[in-house]
Amino acid sequence: MFQRVSRRAFSVLVVAEHEAGKIGQGTLAAVTAAKQINSGPVTVLVAGSDAAAAAEAAGKISGVDNVLHAKDAKYDHAVAEQVSALLVSLQKANNYTHILGTASNEGKNFIPRAAALLDAQPISDIVSVVSADTFVRPVYAGNALATVQSTDAVKILTVRPTAFEKAAAEGGSAAVAEASGETASGPASTWKEDQIVKSDRPDLGSAKRVVAGGRGMKSGENFEMLYKLADKMGAAVGASRAAVDAGFVPNELQIGQTGKVVAPELYLAVGLSGAVQHLAGMKDSKVITCINKDPEAPIFQVSDYGLEGDLFKEVPA
Amino acid sequence: DLDGSHLVFMHSLPQLCKMANLRILVGVKRVIDYAVKIRVKPDSSGVVTDGVKHSMNPFCEIAMEEAVRLKEKKLAKEIIAVSCGPTQAQETIRTALAMGADRGVHVEVTGKEYENMTPLHVSKILAKLATDQEANLIILGKQSIDGDNNQTGQMTAALLDWPQATFASELTKENDHLKVVREIDGGLETIKVTLPAVITADLRLNEPRYATLPNIMKAKKKKIAKHKAADFGVDLASTVKVVSVEDPPVRQAGQKVESTEELVAKLKESGVI
Repeated sequence: MFQRVSRRAFSVLVVAEHEAGKIGQGTLAAVTAAKQINSGPVTVLVAGSDAAAAAEAAGKISGVDNVLHAKDAKYDHAVAEQVSALLVSLQKANNYTHILGTASNEGKNFIPRAAALLDAQPISDIVSVVSADTFVRPVYAGNALATVQSTDAVKILTVRPTAFEKAAAEGGSAAVAEASGETASGPASTWKEDQIVKSDRPDLGSAKRVVAGGRGMKSGENFEMLYKLADKMGAAVGASRAAVDAGFVPNELQIGQTGKVVAPELYLAVGLSGAVQHLAGMKDSKVITCINKDPEAPIFQVSDYGLEGDLFKEVPA
Repeated sequence: DLDGSHLVFMHSLPQLCKMANLRILVGVKRVIDYAVKIRVKPDSSGVVTDGVKHSMNPFCEIAMEEAVRLKEKKLAKEIIAVSCGPTQAQETIRTALAMGADRGVHVEVTGKEYENMTPLHVSKILAKLATDQEANLIILGKQSIDGDNNQTGQMTAALLDWPQATFASELTKENDHLKVVREIDGGLETIKVTLPAVITADLRLNEPRYATLPNIMKAKKKKIAKHKAADFGVDLASTVKVVSVEDPPVRQAGQKVESTEELVAKLKESGVI
């Protein structure tokens, strides 16, 4: 006898990152991942007190079917306790099969909290979709790739932005609907202030070119050389953990296993030895080059073109 | 004649007692040492761990250090170090005790159960333990360098319905709450969380101390309570299983160039500039 097995319809919720009316690049990557996961509708959630423009922009993303706009100041600064409570409310109402966030500090902060509230084991930083329940993620600083399979009723994931093509920002025509959710049941954190240095340079996470400095730069002042070079190249500037720890540059420039993961077309590593933990954050770059006076530096092993020399003499002025 | 100073002391004693009111639970994980070159097993079932050097996860060291500093500032009265894992996890707890934890809890998880143990399991254990022990602050490392999940702190906070302050680079206790500076994508963010709370430690929160020999010796006398996951009502069956573990794609070997001009020429050739 033929047995009909009823299957729950696929439905994916992508939690958007947005700023000043623009949807984040990581969200565009998450939309691509969502389309690869299954053929069900993709809904993008935009939350915050001043996010109407971002919600509209989300509706224009190619491949997006619905947009939910949760207009409330409690979601500003992506406060984890509130955003995760919102996700729980939406999950109860809409029974998504998958919830996706970006594997950024923002997404990593609230996605696991939401997962625990839904008694699901989240799968972080996926780099590839094998099927609707099977995903690949890096472990051990990207020195191994683990393929994992989930039987959770709702699969909760964060997506590594550099691992997926960005969905086109235009071409979609999804309607925006207002949404709301329960306030966090327990005490939430209170945002006080941000210290963010605005820059005209491209965003490090999505820049096509990156110039990165390491301990060999010897000082914060010397990074001026790299800022000037980056401006000539239209590049973003990054750094190794050593350079950040030494106080040469602020923390948001750190590239690596526990910092930002980048995959630009061109990565130029200057005075940077290339420790395993740093490589974890850039080894998927298309072309890697380096300038380093130590021929034994591990960075040479991953470089397509390596210049052995004194950076203070060699860095193009 | 008595001057008023003893009255001042009597007045401030309750205040001092009120100040040292933190009982801190610190999670410490035993992981393959960060300097070891890991090898994927030929049968793709996982990574080789036998005979490989293990250490306390670097972020757990930072978490432990922060707890000890709070105790040294007389803001904490007790630190409990907990680890979930096989027998060898006790070495990691001993290191935590040598750094300054007062007592340890070893939740024994071995073999296949340990291989399949997830952050969700650990967070359930930590949440129950925190409740049983009346901890009012949990400090964890932001991620462990093996799984690189960066989930356990957030999940533990969810289960306890406590606020969370993740990726902390600075922590200050102010009366009944904590001011935390966090590392965010664009820079730094300052938030306040009321106690009880869960904090996860980022790289720059502090520089952990090395355990001194006298403290290592003292640590041998500190107690480690032994438990199983079931003692906390946690079932180790997992909804996520590892299908396979593989090597990442290998980059082609590159070439050396002799000068900046040559470098620029090569880059122009490959079309990236």
